[in-house]
Amino acid sequence: MTFIPISDNDRKEMLKDIGVASIDELFEVIPEKIRLKDFNSFEGCNENNIIRKAKKISIKNREAAESICFAGAGYYDHFVPAAIDSLVSRGEFSTAYTPYQPEVSQGTLQAIFEYQSMICELTGMEVANASMYDGATALAEAILLSLRSTRKQKILISSTVNPVYRQVINSYLSGQSIEIIDIPEENGCINIRFIEENANSETACIVVQIPNFYGIVENGLDIRKAIPDKVDYIVCADPNSLGILEAPGKYGADIVVGDCQTLGIPLSFGGPSNGYFAVNSKHMRKMPGRVVGKTVDLDGKTGYVLTLQAREQHIRREKATSNICSNQQLAALRNLIYLSLAGRKGLKEISYSCMENSHYLAEKISSINGFSLRYDAPFYKEFIIECPVDASKLIMNIFDKYMIIAGIPLSRFNKEDRKGLLIAVTEKRSKQDMNLLVDALKEWEEK
Amino acid sequence: MTLHTIFEYSHKGKSSVRFPISGDLDINNLLPEGMIRKESLLPELTEVDVIRHFTRLSQLNFGVDKGFYPLGSCTMKYNPKVNEKIASMSEFTDIHPFTPDEISQGSLQIMFELQELLGEITGMPHFTLQPAAGASGEFTGLLIIKKYHECNGNTHKNEIIIPDSAHGTNPASVHLAGFKVIEIKSSENGWVDIDELKKVVSDKTAGLMITNPNTLGLFDGNILEIANIVHEVGGLLHYDGANLNAIMGKCRPYDMGFDIVHLNLHKTFSTPHGGGGPGSGPIGVTEKLYKMLPVPVVIKKGEKYFLKYDLEYSIGKVLASHGNFLVMLRAWVYINMLGAKGLKKVSETAVLNANYIQEKLSPYFKRAQDQRCMHECVLSGAGLPNGIHTLDIAKRLLDLGYHAPTIYFPLIVKEAIMIEPTETEDKKTLDEFIEAMIKIRKEAESDPEILKQAPVNTPVRRLDEVNAARKPILKYSEII
Repeated sequence: MTFIPISDNDRKEMLKDIGVASIDELFEVIPEKIRLKDFNSFEGCNENNIIRKAKKISIKNREAAESICFAGAGYYDHFVPAAIDSLVSRGEFSTAYTPYQPEVSQGTLQAIFEYQSMICELTGMEVANASMYDGATALAEAILLSLRSTRKQKILISSTVNPVYRQVINSYLSGQSIEIIDIPEENGCINIRFIEENANSETACIVVQIPNFYGIVENGLDIRKAIPDKVDYIVCADPNSLGILEAPGKYGADIVVGDCQTLGIPLSFGGPSNGYFAVNSKHMRKMPGRVVGKTVDLDGKTGYVLTLQAREQHIRREKATSNICSNQQLAALRNLIYLSLAGRKGLKEISYSCMENSHYLAEKISSINGFSLRYDAPFYKEFIIECPVDASKLIMNIFDKYMIIAGIPLSRFNKEDRKGLLIAVTEKRSKQDMNLLVDALKEWEEK
Repeated sequence: MTLHTIFEYSHKGKSSVRFPISGDLDINNLLPEGMIRKESLLPELTEVDVIRHFTRLSQLNFGVDKGFYPLGSCTMKYNPKVNEKIASMSEFTDIHPFTPDEISQGSLQIMFELQELLGEITGMPHFTLQPAAGASGEFTGLLIIKKYHECNGNTHKNEIIIPDSAHGTNPASVHLAGFKVIEIKSSENGWVDIDELKKVVSDKTAGLMITNPNTLGLFDGNILEIANIVHEVGGLLHYDGANLNAIMGKCRPYDMGFDIVHLNLHKTFSTPHGGGGPGSGPIGVTEKLYKMLPVPVVIKKGEKYFLKYDLEYSIGKVLASHGNFLVMLRAWVYINMLGAKGLKKVSETAVLNANYIQEKLSPYFKRAQDQRCMHECVLSGAGLPNGIHTLDIAKRLLDLGYHAPTIYFPLIVKEAIMIEPTETEDKKTLDEFIEAMIKIRKEAESDPEILKQAPVNTPVRRLDEVNAARKPILKYSEII
């Protein structure tokens, strides 16, 4: 298969115009020693055959893709309205690049402006950027922002933050000379006294996740009260939860980030999704990433442009606020369309429905002998069940029999945690789905 | 034409996505006080409102599907539609990243095969597909360099050398990884100045990051000598793969002496740019750096594929997931369709097209270099009459139905115009573009006002960027 529209005759004419005898002459600058003699180690195929090849491979995923999914830990099986796929597949959106020429990129630019507006509304923050790679990198960049603007070297991170995010944070911060302190947990929640005792004038920021990795809704207000002035309060929040949970800006967050997979992005084996990044105005000129602003053209007509670019790598090079170049625009566009379709009523219902479902299921499961809720704390759509047996074995067994992915065994994140099972329930799950899982688990009931 | 924002279409009581709730759960008793949302100002719309708004917005955009997009350094080639068809198969879209390996063999096979194919193309024996974009790939490469030197007890190696023609992300990534940036000037011919390089390398040199062909569109013929100089002081070489579209099947970064290679699947391997992402920036490394890759990597044992987490010196993770899977999948489709020979033809044609444009426009515009170029050519708008600048040329091109080339980059060329036609354009398109550029050059003499006023045929005219930055309005005011 080829997508090259230059004919042999064209090629001849062009070579003649350039003044060379052959294509190879154009590559003579490459040292002879390293020129490839032949390059034919894999064959091409036509469109028909690539579809057949892909289908054949895809079948190996089929059972998992069609199963009833209770897996979470940062990626959730929320409903994705059909209108999103239809709109983002438009070539005008998908085959454009970063809006360097604003006059012919108003579609992308206005969409980013609207996305920023909705993120501000959801989080209760004053400014949002055009998006980051994912929730984990957004959180790492939030910490870097705080280190830059406070010029302090100590950070406190709650141990209830997603452990995978924590790994990404560690990589991102490995180039900095700083001190990272873990805030211990207490019954699945952050230990607030520890913040009071350890946060001081040397501290740049406190990092928490709400709902946290175990699904628990931490008390954002009480945490705020424990944080000294001038120390940044960084909250990582699932945006889908904000249909029902208070906007972090309203309880005093300085930087709010999270992963937007839950806003109209299919699971996709983990990517692409995008991260949102919102701050209060004091951080505006130091934040990372693309930002779009509203302005006027020569005729006074409203238009949108990339702005505050003096922060960015293509201008500031090593002095830039981040190395990020693009955002995750097509993913952010999905978020924007999702929020437009759901609206205030829809998002509230989706959030509420996640809570209703998860509480229904948690109650049912914990009434089975041998199964119990690990923490007695308020949760949103995810909770941990203590199983009577090794959770990873249980998962494969239930999958084989029922085509249900019962959750994620916590041994995936901590090898010693053999019996913890993290279960997530979205608005997509019906009572029937949940009852089926309960029936499946009953086979392990302790008699 | 400008449009209302989505918020202005909102009408009380409208909605499209609904999930009925029973109301059995009393959240007030459940959640901590003060943690329940009091109000939401998201718009209220029906599906048709949303469809119409975003369809109209899309029509204000220019994309590859609409016309010629010669944005240098970005490789805006045509994106085959079969990529999209396969990337929308529910077996690939509806699978959770933490699904057990045994039942996600399809995804793992795609990733494994892509790792192998990228290895064939670059010569690098090992790959990770985790980085989300080019800049993320750069950063990952630098963390690997850091780890390598740490493992060898060489923590004093803290300098990364970068040519002054480099992409802005290079020095930014170096800084983020905690290294010191050592910038070296290019020589007269646009290549790395070997004498300068010899002067700056030392025991402190951790590595060198370079694009080859570089941002002037030139292949640095001294690459083997450059690699030697850096390796002699114990440094590693990182290849910025932004310009790989020029050399597939012709030579390989591994053979040039590179230790680390990052690629941009959204450039070279035809995945759509999406208005600015998502992309994907895989990293290839030599044998000695394998154990430092981010985890997990995909391995094959017998006929089965597995995620491998236990790499002894792994730098950890640079993204929460295994990478932008659906972007990888599109690249897998493209590479498999074209085959090795097809990819070679891609590079040959990309280089042919760029040289054709360079040659045809040479009488009219100054060239950055008097050499054959690779996949892109850099011209200059300096010295044009009547106060005409590169910006005016770019804006006039928009009026004539083209996307503008990259302008004012590389920074080392005054009034730079960087043109990358790619291989997916036919001769007629190239000829018409060349005619348009010549017409603009003539207008600079005869009718400069038409350039200064341009664009006039676009949805908006030139925008006030100064005020936008001075008094930023970054969200819809009614919901502040």
